[in-house]
Amino acid sequence: MKRVYPNKDFCIGCHICELACLTAHSKSKDLILAYTVERGESGLSSCKHVHEGGPTCVALSCRHCDEPSCVAACISGALQKDPETGRTVYDREKCVGCWSCLMACPFGAIARHPLEAKIVKCDLCHDRPGGPACVAACPNKALKQEER
Amino acid sequence: MNYVIIGNGVSSIGAIEGIRRHDKDGKIVVIGAEDTAAYGRPLISYLLAGKIGPERLALRGEDYYARNGVELKLGTTATGVDTAKKTVTTDKGETVKYDRLLIATGGIPFVPPIPGVQGEDIYSFTTLAHANTLIELSSKIKRAVVIGGGLIGLKAAESLHDRGVSVTIVELAPRILSGGFDEKAGRLAANRLKNVGIEVNCGVTAKEIQRGKDGHVKGVLLTDGRFLECDVVVVAIGVVPHSAIAKEAGIKVERGIMVDAKLMTSAKDVYAAGDVAQAMDQLTGEHRVVPIWPNAYNQGYACGRNMAGAKQPYMGGLPMNSISFYGLPTISVGVVNPPDGDKNYEVHALLDEEKETYRKLVFRDEKLVGYVLVGDIDKGGMYTAFIKFEMPLAGEAKDKLINAGPEVFLWPAELFDETWNPEPAKAAR
Ligand SMILES: Cc1cc2nc3c(=O)[nH]c(=O)nc-3n(C[C@H](O)[C@H](O)[C@H](O)COP(=O)(O)OP(=O)(O)OC[C@H]3O[C@@H](n4cnc5c(N)ncnc54)[C@H](O)[C@@H]3O)c2cc1C
Ligand code: SF4
Ligand code: SF4
Repeated sequence: MKRVYPNKDFCIGCHICELACLTAHSKSKDLILAYTVERGESGLSSCKHVHEGGPTCVALSCRHCDEPSCVAACISGALQKDPETGRTVYDREKCVGCWSCLMACPFGAIARHPLEAKIVKCDLCHDRPGGPACVAACPNKALKQEER
Repeated sequence: MNYVIIGNGVSSIGAIEGIRRHDKDGKIVVIGAEDTAAYGRPLISYLLAGKIGPERLALRGEDYYARNGVELKLGTTATGVDTAKKTVTTDKGETVKYDRLLIATGGIPFVPPIPGVQGEDIYSFTTLAHANTLIELSSKIKRAVVIGGGLIGLKAAESLHDRGVSVTIVELAPRILSGGFDEKAGRLAANRLKNVGIEVNCGVTAKEIQRGKDGHVKGVLLTDGRFLECDVVVVAIGVVPHSAIAKEAGIKVERGIMVDAKLMTSAKDVYAAGDVAQAMDQLTGEHRVVPIWPNAYNQGYACGRNMAGAKQPYMGGLPMNSISFYGLPTISVGVVNPPDGDKNYEVHALLDEEKETYRKLVFRDEKLVGYVLVGDIDKGGMYTAFIKFEMPLAGEAKDKLINAGPEVFLWPAELFDETWNPEPAKAAR
């Protein structure tokens, strides 16, 4: 499957991918509204996080692992592997907010939703026509979506 | 290839998914004693608490078994295994042939021989049926005593409390969750429970369950002489491996069913996974029964792969638990209570009682081998990585982990690249 691969040598730590992720997952699909209104009102948050270590940066999110620890740990079946697409899919309705997945994912790819007992995790922008918003937005091509 | 799985818990789901990674055609038969398709067993506490309805219990979608070519025999108990003839018999009088068999029969509640424990008004809390019984009861009863301050006992107490029942917990150990918690974490959690009105008594246990003339429970007499009046007693001391069927078949059983590096039992082509299995522990290399959900899925998955011919060793289980107490989240992973005075371990603990946060890190041989988080759990997975991948943490890296928390730049460069930006040939893991 095509995954998103971050290249730390190209990342300039600008956080534009996070903003693109925020917008892509907003109701309004408008950056300013997403940031100023939806973040506060509905707890909208980015699935992507820029990690900084001194001068080095890298933007990380769910790897959609082949054999994901989060799926093994999920007590409700909210996290599953889609056998057709290979994505690690999340069903928000099923989730009970037990944080088992957050504990089990060794890639730190799962965050608690700030307002509800739900998680925030990359969905590869599966219903976005242009593919992952973060990849499209990165000004230095530090994020690539490809088959490896 | 004919695969037969005894038990339809999460291990069985793992096994189906493991088998289907390699073998799309082989026939899979699942024999399950309960009459529902696999459900989130831990969810029974959410159901009892009234937080979710029964429609949210199923672990997989409705078409799951059909899509995976699984014949599901529900409400059917396997009664015997013949490892020479390679057959399983059931209480319905069937004889099912297998080429590969998985025993994933889980655990059964342990009921200690307390005087008065046999009879009415005594309940366990490990199945959907138990939860439904307690839901029905909860409107009729006022007081319950829960014996056992482990995960299941605390969950039972919390959900009964949510149903309006007044609950008292009795725990023999000096703290609740003695396995996964230390004294400080236990105190924070116990305080949360006390604040909502659940009474927690540690360091005592039930000496006798006293009954009236009508046979109904009147209350529990404790070892310290106190008497707790109650209408029902929930015995939640833990589960023991449900291994009888393996023992009777002549399969090697110690505490649980013994399995080798590929999770095969002492009988050829017979595998075991989950709460019934005594499998390898990643950190100690020893075989232990660790009855937790992720291990059950992972072992089931590894069995499934190996049953289908993958010949992959099981990487070993890692004890881990994530449990919340009325909004206070906690996580505990790996070795959290190293042996007293053992110089091989180094512990760093930070408690903020006011903020209700706690972090404990346990190192051994310059590696992280365990941690506890209470309150602020958001970095949980990032700590888990250091344990799971056994990353070396010498000098500065360890100081950074302790002082600034886990960060992906503390990973060895090679692991970082392989994980996040692999060469095409090394990708997909
Ligand atoms: C209330 C509660 C809360 C929990 N919460 C957590 C949690 O938060 N995190 C965590 O990690 N773990 C939790 N656990 C533990 C977790 O549920 C178990 O580790 C897990 O369910 C084990 O899965 P399993 O497939 O090995 O066995 P089980 O889930 O026990 O399934 C075994 C199945 O096999 C069936 N069976 C047994 N014998 C036969 C037979 N002879 N023939 C046919 N069928 C048979 C049983 O009826 C059962 O349905 C909790 C458990 C309980 C009870
Ligand atoms: S959440 Fe973590 S474990 Fe699950 S697929 Fe994503 S990276 Fe893998
Ligand atoms: S928090 Fe939700 S998605 Fe994560 S393990 Fe729990 S139920 Fe599953």
